[in-house]
Amino acid sequence: MDKELVQKPIAVGIAQDPVIGPGHDYTTVTDKISELVLTTKIHKEWVIGFLFSASLASLLGVAMYFLLFKGIGVWAPNVPVGWGFDIINFVWWIGIGHAGTLISAILLLLKQEWRTSINRFAEAMTLFAVACAGMYPLMHTGRPWLAYWMLPYPNTMGMWPQPRSPLLWDVFAVSTYATVSALFWFVGLIPDLATLRDKAKHTVSRYIFGALSMGWRGSADHWQRYEMAYLLLAGLSTPLVVSVHTIVSFDFAIGIIPGWHTTIFPPYFVAGAIFAGFAMVLTLAIPMRAFYKLEDFITMHHIENMCKVMLATGIIVVYGYFLEVFFGWYSANEYEKAVIMNRFTGPYAWSYWALIFCNGLAPQILWWKKYRRNLLLVWIISNIVSVGMWLERWVIIVVSLHRDFIPASWGYYTPTIFDEAFFAGTIGLFLTLMFLFVRLLPSIAMFEMKLLVPAAKARPESEGGH
Amino acid sequence: MSHAAVEAPKTFGMMAEFDDHQQLIKAAAAAHAAGYRKMDAYTPYPVHGLSEALGQKPTKISSLVLLGGFIGCIGGFGLMCWITMVAYPMNVAGKPNYSWPAFIPITFETTVLVAALTAVFGMLALNGLPQPYHPVFNVDRFKRASQDRFFLCIEAVDPKFDPGSTRAFLAQHSAEVMEVDA
Repeated sequence: MDKELVQKPIAVGIAQDPVIGPGHDYTTVTDKISELVLTTKIHKEWVIGFLFSASLASLLGVAMYFLLFKGIGVWAPNVPVGWGFDIINFVWWIGIGHAGTLISAILLLLKQEWRTSINRFAEAMTLFAVACAGMYPLMHTGRPWLAYWMLPYPNTMGMWPQPRSPLLWDVFAVSTYATVSALFWFVGLIPDLATLRDKAKHTVSRYIFGALSMGWRGSADHWQRYEMAYLLLAGLSTPLVVSVHTIVSFDFAIGIIPGWHTTIFPPYFVAGAIFAGFAMVLTLAIPMRAFYKLEDFITMHHIENMCKVMLATGIIVVYGYFLEVFFGWYSANEYEKAVIMNRFTGPYAWSYWALIFCNGLAPQILWWKKYRRNLLLVWIISNIVSVGMWLERWVIIVVSLHRDFIPASWGYYTPTIFDEAFFAGTIGLFLTLMFLFVRLLPSIAMFEMKLLVPAAKARPESEGGH
Repeated sequence: MSHAAVEAPKTFGMMAEFDDHQQLIKAAAAAHAAGYRKMDAYTPYPVHGLSEALGQKPTKISSLVLLGGFIGCIGGFGLMCWITMVAYPMNVAGKPNYSWPAFIPITFETTVLVAALTAVFGMLALNGLPQPYHPVFNVDRFKRASQDRFFLCIEAVDPKFDPGSTRAFLAQHSAEVMEVDA
């Protein structure tokens, strides 16, 4: 009877590959994952990767120094393109973060077991991506030390923020998202931190993990509250992640700029975010899996499922591109039509057609199982998608703005070296944090992996499921 | 400090170790049937049906979170109304000061924020965490409760507890029974 339960397929498409390699039990799962953190050995490749990322991150410091020293004039945005790299990259990073929440929250609610081995590091990716995203609006204020002026608090100036503006909605959405993502991630870590506390040999690491795990002892009474709290957090994060990118799209859609003022924006932005995020998870997971030999935990099943999600969301995004063109025509508005024609044939036409290639054509290869199982190809496609999603924001923002209503005010936007350095710097910051994360914390949720071990699935005869 | 050396170390309870969660659930149900109430089980991952077997009450965290969400919702919407109608009324494109549809996104965010904070800090508070010291950690083998072993501890505060008979009772279910120092 137990055998039946174990072998019952849980998700569609599970038949080919298991979600965990054969021959694992509680002990091997614990040892394998905690070993990555508790070992005193430092791999040469890790050091090289970390130093490269950290030096790229230090470029962010330089770029920030110049920005604060000279003022935001060192960045390229100016009339008519008042929003440039700052908002493109802000939206790009926020979008990447959304896959983490999708994997940990939505797939949890849908009982997709394959989420388990990738949720922890996808959540970390969310946190770090949101941190990178936050740098842009923060630094674009020009005086980041006064950023708290955006929040409603009683002040001697007698002023309050304007709740009718999507930009204030953004402040609330992004700060709530960052807070809830951090909480979700930390709550998920508590039992694993306790495992590390109990396994650590070195006194210092035992104290650190001991303090962080807050005395977690795995009591049955605690577990039931923990599970309920975790489930509720997932339930809260699910609409939250949708709301965040919806509100980000409102930054554009509420405005009356041709090319922005369409109702398709919220769903199309949310799908784009998931698309970009899964591409980033694959970009990070494929090398990490190979380097740390985690093929038993991140199996081909995971890679294939992620490819499928990427393919599906990619098609929704392409549908959004079609609808943008349709609205341009259907609006019967000269300016709307002009924006679409400008995307096709204007000075930035290269970016539009590159976008169609990256997001529309390239991922279609994932329809074939043979290619979904080719790791190098999947990795390349994921990178192409990341570039494509960056181009999408470029097309929406720069190409819609650069030809204003009056031809006399038309312009051509080119980022400055400071824009580029800042962007490269945030990539460095993101990678640095990822490198530190995989070394210092368990990058796969140990206690959740134990639930996938065959022994954990067996139920006593009297129990009828949960 | 000085009198502690004179008194014999008190017992916190009697602990049994198990290989898997099925044995643990069976033992927990048996202990509950035998009349033990002050006890708890310790597992490396959440085991469904264990709390019920131990006779623990289902958690109230959901109602707390609902309350938190309610406070966040009312608070957020109220704050937006107060800003636009009382503290800083401003004519934006002739819209009324009470332009409630524009307040919905922020109201939603504050709802989620307060509910999520309640879920996390409520869970920690109800669990009594952070708690740096607990007698179960005195057992050396308990280190494996977070790794690959399952434990049941009947506490000395239970009226039915008796070092001899409780040990005998647990020994019926588990090969490994040990005393936990307070």
